[in-house]
Amino acid sequence: MANKVLNYIPKDSFMHRLSGTTKLIVFLTFSFLCGLSFDTRVLLFLLVLSISCFFLSHIRLSEVKLMSMFLVVFIVMNFILLFIFNPNYGPELYGSRTVLFHIAGRYDVTLEQLFYQFNVSLKYVIGFPVAILFIATTNPSEFASSLSQIGVPYRISYSVSLALRYIPDIQTDYHEIAQSQEARGVALGKDVKISERIKNSVKILMPLVLTSLNRIDEIANSMQLRSFGKNKKRTWYMQKKMTASDYLVIAFCVVLFVVGMIITNQGGNNLYNPFI
Amino acid sequence: MKPIISFKDFSFQYNAQKNPTLKHINLDIYPGEKILICGASGSGKSTLGNCINGLIPFSYNGKIDGSLKVDDIETKDSSIFELSTKVGTVLQDPDGQFVGLTVAEDIAFALENDCVEQEKMFAETLSAARKVSIENRMNNAPYDLSGGQKQRVSMAGVLVDKVRILLFDEPLANLDPATGKSAIELIDQIKKETDTTVIIIEHRIEDVLWQKVDRIILMDDGMIVSDCDPAALLRSDLLKKYGIREPLYLTQLKYADVDINNIEGIDCINDLKLDDKAKKQIVKWYTSQEKPEHINNNSNILEVEHIDFRYESSEQILYDVSFAIKKGEMLAIAGKNGAGKSTLCKVICGFEKQFNGKILFNGEDISNASIRKRSSYIGYVMQNPNQMISQAMIFDEVSMGIRNIGLSEEEIKERVYSTLKVCGLYEFRNWPISALSFGQKKRVTIASILVMGPEIIILDEPTAGQDFYHYTEIMEFLCELNRKGITIIMITHDMHLMLEYTTRSLVFYDGRLQADKSGSAVLCDEDLVDKASLKETSLFKIATDVGIKDPVSFVDCFIDYDKKERSHGKQSS
Repeated sequence: MANKVLNYIPKDSFMHRLSGTTKLIVFLTFSFLCGLSFDTRVLLFLLVLSISCFFLSHIRLSEVKLMSMFLVVFIVMNFILLFIFNPNYGPELYGSRTVLFHIAGRYDVTLEQLFYQFNVSLKYVIGFPVAILFIATTNPSEFASSLSQIGVPYRISYSVSLALRYIPDIQTDYHEIAQSQEARGVALGKDVKISERIKNSVKILMPLVLTSLNRIDEIANSMQLRSFGKNKKRTWYMQKKMTASDYLVIAFCVVLFVVGMIITNQGGNNLYNPFI
Repeated sequence: MKPIISFKDFSFQYNAQKNPTLKHINLDIYPGEKILICGASGSGKSTLGNCINGLIPFSYNGKIDGSLKVDDIETKDSSIFELSTKVGTVLQDPDGQFVGLTVAEDIAFALENDCVEQEKMFAETLSAARKVSIENRMNNAPYDLSGGQKQRVSMAGVLVDKVRILLFDEPLANLDPATGKSAIELIDQIKKETDTTVIIIEHRIEDVLWQKVDRIILMDDGMIVSDCDPAALLRSDLLKKYGIREPLYLTQLKYADVDINNIEGIDCINDLKLDDKAKKQIVKWYTSQEKPEHINNNSNILEVEHIDFRYESSEQILYDVSFAIKKGEMLAIAGKNGAGKSTLCKVICGFEKQFNGKILFNGEDISNASIRKRSSYIGYVMQNPNQMISQAMIFDEVSMGIRNIGLSEEEIKERVYSTLKVCGLYEFRNWPISALSFGQKKRVTIASILVMGPEIIILDEPTAGQDFYHYTEIMEFLCELNRKGITIIMITHDMHLMLEYTTRSLVFYDGRLQADKSGSAVLCDEDLVDKASLKETSLFKIATDVGIKDPVSFVDCFIDYDKKERSHGKQSS
């Protein structure tokens, strides 16, 4: 049915039992700290945390194989491209230059550049398990309520829910429309020229948009007739009650963020510089 | 008693329209009544419903004259939210109105919006789910449910609000016949259990009358033309006059010259009591009929041999399906939703690939031909014309299928024009498609397939959601194509279509072809009807009541007679 690349994997684990809101806060804490800090010590600590969270979730690596492979490819590509585009950013950043060996032209492999790129990759490695965890351990029905809990207006957060609800329908529509158009010579196969393929995809999108628009009208009516938008707030059937462990985890996140930021900014910038 | 809904000289005009859609409506509906509002497309029956639930004027803008009170509230001074606590509306499309990710969430939707506490919400959601017997599927996603189950969820979703009025907008439009029958039974049961006022908007009178209603309001051109109890309406000739199909059993009684004024239980086939005189008249009519015979000696145009099909890594959908279709046939493929009807047609057109079996066209194996190749001899018309139309202008839309096959612009023009003539669209050839009605759009999609010169056309639910007039119009058009030699295959739920316009029906359930016989034979086979989620025709009941030994031939005689009557009626009018 829906895409199998990334979705909710129901299990009974500590991570699954946490409320969606808590997991969203964990995810945001990690993302911000990761984004703001270039302090290798902080990043390494986050990595340990993030990997332990992954174990706590009982999710096996094989269940997120596709995404993991994607991550590895992404990090390798990123590593190479960073070097190609600016091989001297590391030395600039750390204010010293320890050449390991020379390749060609301006391309020197320096210890500083390698260390800088190691830090960048670390950020992705940390972010990945947390993002996967958030998605794989949170029931989609809980997404919207989590967003609304952290202050996103419910009209906006509900649209996340609606998107999850109707994307499979639209996929089915797309598939059927594409088949019937193919019978009339609208081909999207590999043997068709790119320019032709783009033109042809418009011929499939037009009917898709039209049918979807009709559906939106019906959905809007149905929602209004059941009081959507009546009050400033709404409650959520699927919202999980906050438990003691939720509060503990949130408190831990706050401490983690504050301590992490203090350590990061100790030396006047957000770097940990082993080259001084 | 005080009415719960009261229209007083009520008129409504949409902002985008030149003339009012509702004109001087006067109507009182009392608490606890069960009302059927019927009328042809465009009669204003849905607009009337939308006035009651508040979509008019709060979602669709327009000008209101006169007064409409729902539970003592003047609707135009109220809000859609206040009205929704009084009136629960179940819309036509069970998919569109399913907004939750699971059954439970969808039922709880109104409660969530009302800020009900979670504990209370769980209890109320469960109790509403029980009322419609869907409590075992609370965590299912919409695509795990059948159309009937989705409709039950919609009903539960309005029942949680403890509404006093339940409004059903064409509840039968998207259901197969058996599911429609149980929907009508469920509506009746809920009405009795919750003591609500029920309003059903529908043009399929015979199906709604499966359970008794108190009153039928007949609408035409924005006005109420009749407001009386069902028996009185059925005894009049108003249904025919305003383009509503009367129940088949009633038509039959009229043909046999039975005096319907003296027949008891005329408003519900279950209560119908035929006296001896009536029975004699029916037998006399039957014996005087010539038994029609349909013989087709043409060669096979399409042969399907031992087809097995499954989508990757999911359950098998089709098991060992084999049949042959003769040139010039017009036949129906019927069965439950999900029985594999559409899948079979997709396999025939090459959209999906069978993993076993063969398909022969005019004796030639086409099992491995591409979609594009097959489209030059087998055309496929989707149910919803919006799913097929990708061009703004009619000419461009119809010509699309014959571009890139080496024809000159002159030849393309010639072929498109002659197709448009066949489809009665020639005068519109330079029109934008957006200016056409639904039925005309349907014709455009048929034309866009026809232009490629196929010998077989497969149509998915060609008459879904159409009233009697448009149904007849579309079907007569297909008959005309059929007379020109095109073989027509229709996937359908519509049992009138099976009876009136096909010589043969292929019936599927559980992924297998279970029957291959005439529509009348299918609909007189109680066991088959039950398993394939169909509904037996009321003519069968008459035949058994009267004691006719061969009900199938009785039904055939009726259909034949009816066709002659109708074309005769057309000529004289």
